[in-house]
Amino acid sequence: MWSEFFTVSSIVVTLAAGIRLATPFLLASLGEVMGQRSGVLNLGVEGVMLLGAFGAYYTTFRTGSVWLGVVAALAVGLVMGLVYALITLVMHAEQGISGIGIFLFGLGFSDLLFQRWVGTPLPISRLPEWHIPGLSQIPVIGEVLFQHTPLVYIAFLLVPLVAWVINYTTFGLNVRAVGETPDAADTLGVSVLRIRFATILIGNALAALAGAALVVPFGTFQQNLTSGRGFIAIALVYFGAWRPRGVLIGSLLFGLVIAVVNQWGSLGIVSGSLSSLTAMAPAVLTIVVLVMVSRRIGAPSALTKPFDRTA
Amino acid sequence: MTKEVSAEADSNDARPWIGSWLMGAVVPLAAVLAAFAVGAIFLAAFGANPLEGYAAMVSGGFGGGSEISATLVKAMPLMLVAVGISIAFRAGVINIGGEGQILAGAILSTAVALIIPGTPRVVLLPLLVVAGALGGAIWGAIPGGLKAYAGVNEILSTIMMNIIAAHFLSFLLQGWMIEDGPIKIQQTERLTENSDLPLLPGASRLHLGVLIAVLVAVVGYVILFRTTLGVRLRAVGHNPHASRYAGMPVERSIVQALALSGACAGIAGAMLVFGSESHRLVGEGGASAFTQSAGFNGIVTALFGGLHPLWSIPASFLFGGMLTGGIEMQRTVQVPSALIIALNGVVVVFVVGSFRLKRMLEVRVEQSAKAKGA
Repeated sequence: MWSEFFTVSSIVVTLAAGIRLATPFLLASLGEVMGQRSGVLNLGVEGVMLLGAFGAYYTTFRTGSVWLGVVAALAVGLVMGLVYALITLVMHAEQGISGIGIFLFGLGFSDLLFQRWVGTPLPISRLPEWHIPGLSQIPVIGEVLFQHTPLVYIAFLLVPLVAWVINYTTFGLNVRAVGETPDAADTLGVSVLRIRFATILIGNALAALAGAALVVPFGTFQQNLTSGRGFIAIALVYFGAWRPRGVLIGSLLFGLVIAVVNQWGSLGIVSGSLSSLTAMAPAVLTIVVLVMVSRRIGAPSALTKPFDRTA
Repeated sequence: MTKEVSAEADSNDARPWIGSWLMGAVVPLAAVLAAFAVGAIFLAAFGANPLEGYAAMVSGGFGGGSEISATLVKAMPLMLVAVGISIAFRAGVINIGGEGQILAGAILSTAVALIIPGTPRVVLLPLLVVAGALGGAIWGAIPGGLKAYAGVNEILSTIMMNIIAAHFLSFLLQGWMIEDGPIKIQQTERLTENSDLPLLPGASRLHLGVLIAVLVAVVGYVILFRTTLGVRLRAVGHNPHASRYAGMPVERSIVQALALSGACAGIAGAMLVFGSESHRLVGEGGASAFTQSAGFNGIVTALFGGLHPLWSIPASFLFGGMLTGGIEMQRTVQVPSALIIALNGVVVVFVVGSFRLKRMLEVRVEQSAKAKGA
């Protein structure tokens, strides 16, 4: 059985699955990077992912168009962004606990809508794979890297884009300023609330898109579909030291670990009760990663601190 | 990484959620009412009559003797988790690991019942409670130690410990702990009758676990407000830097707070097994079917109870009633009871969101008092 795992075809399948499975982590954690760099911790990613996933599933289910489903997920993300902006920027709620509230809301509400509007899980049409002409023909590499759904390409192209926005644009400079020393930024005429509002919208939209990325390749939805992936995405932000390149590495690591575990399952290397033990791998790895990076410095100084000009 | 927890500590040396007890009762009630208003909008959007839905919920949760005893049984794990959450939050530790700690308590106490089934009930029952507490305490102490000595964010680690516990339960119930027999479903054999929690006199469902939960709430109150340990835990939650300066062992306090918190949830796990009607540990249908998501709903309960162990008792009764009544609501207006979980999320947001409002009100009251004094 192990010899089956170490064949070229099996490894290619695993690596390709790893890239695909890294996509939701990548989207969600890139959004969280934007938010945290501006000083906003969003612990509700998991809930927003669930709502985005349901939005994508249901819209596709109704209209038959996967792309409309993706757009619906983005819309859900923006709505949740408005809600979260209200909670953090206007109400100044404690960001850690209010994130748990968002998580519970997403968990309950996505389940509620699913039971009420869908009931039995029916498969929906999936996003077609997009074989990049030429590149996808390269043996091994082509199959691993260039035969994916468009969402995968979008997620990976967002890495340099987000890095560029944060490091080389005025908006990015403002984001960093607001995340490090909001008072100084405010003095210089940067609207702290407006910048944070923008990053919250971006972060939630990407979290919801991450939910869609869980749905569209497989065409199914179920209660608690995300099973902790949103929280892992937050851990990846620490792992990646608040940098897009860092969360890319982390996402690939987690995608690959899940892909290997899945592949062992389908080859029968682990079966029965043992598969419950291997299923722990992402959660255990998250804790290991958090221990490894726990002494990491470089968190935005104003992270979780509400901005109040009158204070 | 205590930053998330002490977000407001810099601007205001009091923890935002402690506040004055005068406003304490008004704000959570208003938050629940606001959440119900949101829920009414959802119900109306589904074409259901909100008043009819809520009436069904109230009568399903509190409408009569059997409803109230069902509510009390439902409230039992909420109460235990909420007491634990109150201890942890007041020590500045955000414990989201109730689910995993319930499972750990259930697993360890079930193992004890499987290993020594012949033990007489008077000896076995206390042992099972201790085993449940120990299981939960271990599952809490791990993220506690990671936070205290390695700076690991406890919100993320406790969530991961939940996932690990759920898979571990599934592992045990497919192998070591599974019932012998041809049908392979994820559950233990019927546990020894000596481990059954006795029913309260004259009750059909109400068992000793409910009284144990109330007892734990009282003990939690005593620990938190009447012992030096409690003073230390609250001081560390209030201001870890000042506590360290005063010579308090901050790290050890964090571990103790999470271990105590986990112990409460672990007792809930044991009570859920030995008070269940099947008298087994059942993993079929997923871990959250066993825990009834009490690890999460207990957070809402604790916040609603103002993070006070004694207030957790009525708060859990209210939320237990909402959960049992939610099933009746589902029957009457055909809106799935998952609505209650969603509304719990809204309650959390409103409760934490109202702290600023509360502070603004307090400031205004103080100012007007000063103005009058002058």
